Amino acid sequence: MTVKTEAVGKKWPEATYEVGLEKIREYANAIGVANPVHQDREEATAAGFRDVVAPPMFCVVYSARAMGPAILDPEVGMNFAAMVHGGQEFIWGEPVCSGDTITTSASCTEIYEKDGKGFYVFESVSTNQDGAETVRATWTNIVRGV
Amino acid sequence: MVMVKRGDSTPEFKVTPDKYLPHRYAGASGDFNPIHIDPELAKQVGLPGNILHGLWTMAQVAVANTQLAAGDPRALKRLSVQFRGVGLPEREITVTGTVKQADGNRVVIDTVATQGENAIIRNAEAELELS
Repeated sequence: MTVKTEAVGKKWPEATYEVGLEKIREYANAIGVANPVHQDREEATAAGFRDVVAPPMFCVVYSARAMGPAILDPEVGMNFAAMVHGGQEFIWGEPVCSGDTITTSASCTEIYEKDGKGFYVFESVSTNQDGAETVRATWTNIVRGV
Repeated sequence: MVMVKRGDSTPEFKVTPDKYLPHRYAGASGDFNPIHIDPELAKQVGLPGNILHGLWTMAQVAVANTQLAAGDPRALKRLSVQFRGVGLPEREITVTGTVKQADGNRVVIDTVATQGENAIIRNAEAELELS
């Protein structure tokens, strides 16, 4: 059996996410990051940020809304029971602060088979309200026994 | 500026996720996949118990590597990882790293997260811009 590759090149609709202060704090607490610029407005502005700044990995929170439909798309056709998150890359740009509105678009860049496994590669690009890129991500999911 | 050179070890970082950490991370991230929060269901699909979110563990690798820049989130320019094995709550995770390239203030670090004998994140590379 071979993987179906019709979804390569497919783009999904943009999704926007409004970044809230308490969500940044909640996320920062869950990952245990200590720098007060992720909690306190005065600390953040004193360090040169526009407002309380999100930890870089907060990108998973604001990207999720755009990535969900891509991962779940039947045209991609991943078998979720046999799927694992195989790899991940983030390239960061402009920091994301409380009050930002982030727009993310997702696309499927590659689907291929190797050693009996299906590799499904997606790219997402996120920009803020000024059009500055905040993160560019590559998401690799692996499906066993394709 | 922090002076680092090729071959240097980066500061070791240790963290032990408590029993309920996957629940808090599920809420914070929005990822409520039951394999992370339901030990019974996780066992039914062949896992030893509910497992850590890979992206939480990746965040620990991000935090560990940002230590080199005193935690300044602007310093972390890129992080690339492969997820292997499964991470479990209530067991210590150690993140280590070795400087692979140091070119001016740009530093690339080979980094790994292990839990006991198990490398749960490997072939990872962090790129920092130190000021």
